[in-house]
Amino acid sequence: MLSRTADNLFWMCRYIERAENTARMLDVNLQMSLMPQDAQARDSLWRAVLRISELQRDYDARYPAVTPLDVLHYLVREPTNQSSIYSCLRAARENARAVRGSLTTEVWETYNTTWLELQKHLQTHLPERNPGEFFEWVKFRAHLVRGVTIGTMLDDEALHFLRLGMHLERADNTARLLDVKFHEEQDDLAARSSEFYRWASLLSSVSGLEIYRKVYRDVISPDRVAELLILRPDMPRSLLASVQALTEDLARVANQRSAETERRAGLLYAELRYGRIEDILHSSLHRYLERFLERINDLGNRISQDFLVPLAA
Amino acid sequence: MLHAQSAPSAAYDEMVDAQGLVRPHYAGFSQWLTQESTDAMAARQIEADLSFRRVGITFSVAGDEAGTERLIPFDLIPRIIPADEWAHLSAGLTQRVRALNMFIRDIYHGHDIVRAGIVPAEQVFLNAQYRPEMQDVDVAEDIYCHIAGVDIVRAGAGEFYVLEDNLRVPSGVSYMLENRKMSMRLMPEAFSSLKVKPVAHYPDLLLDNLREVAPRSNDAPTVVVLTPGMYNSAYFEHAFLAQQMGVELVEGQDLFVDQNAVYMRTTRGPRRVDVIYRRVDDDFLDPLSFRADSALGVPGLLSVYRAGRVTLANAIGTGIADDKSTYQYVPDMIRFYLQEEPILSNVPTWRCSRPDELSHVLAHMHELVVKEVHGAGGYGMLVGPTSTRAQVEAFKERVRSHPSNYIAQPTLALSTIPTYVQSGVAPRHVDLRPYVLCGKDIRTVPGGLCRVALTEGSLVVNSSQGGGTKDTWGLGA
Repeated sequence: MLSRTADNLFWMCRYIERAENTARMLDVNLQMSLMPQDAQARDSLWRAVLRISELQRDYDARYPAVTPLDVLHYLVREPTNQSSIYSCLRAARENARAVRGSLTTEVWETYNTTWLELQKHLQTHLPERNPGEFFEWVKFRAHLVRGVTIGTMLDDEALHFLRLGMHLERADNTARLLDVKFHEEQDDLAARSSEFYRWASLLSSVSGLEIYRKVYRDVISPDRVAELLILRPDMPRSLLASVQALTEDLARVANQRSAETERRAGLLYAELRYGRIEDILHSSLHRYLERFLERINDLGNRISQDFLVPLAA
Repeated sequence: MLHAQSAPSAAYDEMVDAQGLVRPHYAGFSQWLTQESTDAMAARQIEADLSFRRVGITFSVAGDEAGTERLIPFDLIPRIIPADEWAHLSAGLTQRVRALNMFIRDIYHGHDIVRAGIVPAEQVFLNAQYRPEMQDVDVAEDIYCHIAGVDIVRAGAGEFYVLEDNLRVPSGVSYMLENRKMSMRLMPEAFSSLKVKPVAHYPDLLLDNLREVAPRSNDAPTVVVLTPGMYNSAYFEHAFLAQQMGVELVEGQDLFVDQNAVYMRTTRGPRRVDVIYRRVDDDFLDPLSFRADSALGVPGLLSVYRAGRVTLANAIGTGIADDKSTYQYVPDMIRFYLQEEPILSNVPTWRCSRPDELSHVLAHMHELVVKEVHGAGGYGMLVGPTSTRAQVEAFKERVRSHPSNYIAQPTLALSTIPTYVQSGVAPRHVDLRPYVLCGKDIRTVPGGLCRVALTEGSLVVNSSQGGGTKDTWGLGA
């Protein structure tokens, strides 16, 4: 397969995954902000969203204050914000268009229709009228893309690179969500009363609330939330599940140059596979996740170097 | 639904004869159409537009904001060609492309036709389309114009003329295929009542054709489609053809030259390329040999090509044969190379480079169509009868200052086909571009791209100028 094609496939999937995760995060935040709480707490809620995506600075340069409306505008429809849902879906579709010959007709049409529908939703102000419905739409488009991809594509290199992009982005996004929510906890220990809702919201942002109940059959505790999202191999959006999938697909596409990348991915996988949540929390979850994000970033760069179009320095 | 029938006087209508009677080959379709309500047809039209947009069958226009995509309007009423008419056209196309291919080979080898005094030397060697780099280069199987798109029109009495031979990178074949899919989906009843010959095997024929001209004896030559990229107006078609043939769609940056061979960059390392179906113009193919500022090409490609270690389809330098000033020699080429009489006629053409013909053109410009010799896409041309006096005068100035840049032809009353327009159904002028594949054999598929000028009275069918398309149904015997 052409390196450039693999590159487009990889990024196409990363962007759709990113759009979905942004939608999930915003959706949960919106629900959280309906809870009774003081202005400061509400403010920090929206700041957290910006921090997750490392966009606080860019946002502050554009807007005088953090208001829900502005943050939503910035993260949903701002075309000059490369991480907005609009930009991600556009980039996903542009990448798909560049490799439409390597996609099944259904997959291409799903991406194209997503883009066309997005424009319609923005024109009719759906994100402002009914943000919940809009975020639900984004999530379901992402579900549809994945379903159509798995249901129609040949299980060959194209699919492997698609999945690499998807799992790399997912590992990154879950780690960021966790990091921000746990950070918050240290920030204001006073807001204990809302603790249940904090963890419940984190879980539902990764569709994990019901899973938590099923796995632990107990009240929600931060340690277990962390364990579920980091170390559970059967939790689809956990770090371990994402890295495991990543490692498997890396092995499938391996070439003469990729041994070191495979080794690093394998090492990360082994650490997660045999890691214990007590050890992770003991040393500092924040540092652990920071380190994890660095390693994911390193893997992304190495994949680009070994197989794709190397990223500009 | 009934269609208002009043073909413009001079034009030949493909569906209805001069007495207002439906021609026999349209009888089945017309009968079906009569039973369909206006609403049902309108719903089909909406579905067609939606579907083209969903599939992303779009093109971009020079001058529009980068990346904006437009739809080419698709009209539901097909162009129907009866079997005997197609047989005639097909024989004429085959003959013409065979002669054109022999002409190109001759021009880049012994120049027999020039020495015989049939085509003047200056016509060839002073032509910007003559590529000295190709002189004495042998190409695989002696084939130059692997894919030709020949524009055909039909005038007042129903006679066919060849308007243009497109031998460089003719486009539009994806519309032939997609329009067919669309009409089969939207009008299955109309379709099944007629014996319409299929065209869907075109990509297979194309792949066969490209494999045949691979440079080395190789059971599985690697064929690629080379595109200028996703912002090119015909990008959809490039991607479509690559996908239909199951070959890679590459850009210049994906290819490189090493050790006198062309390779593509893949996730598993370099892979040798044998045949490049290139949709990039000659000028942009190789920055080392042609335009140095081209980022679309592959440095060093020409030297590999000249060494016969990669095949380009079409060959470099085919423009010498489809240039508008070369056009008038095509009937003589057919006589010279094939010792046959041309089956398809040329439109009479005046060349402004000749003083006597120039004065005729200047005196009659209001009746003529004047075209730039190297123009394309319906730009840089004047349609005399539909232009204002001031436009004609302005154009005369342009022709006077560079006469050799222009040719002129009589304004043909292009044939019409009833077409959906705002006011209902009305006749609109059409042309036809069938595609001819030139390999060890010359092959055509019974159909083509039918373009329709949607503006009343307009003779310009180019999509960049607001033209639409129709499906073309070649009927079985």
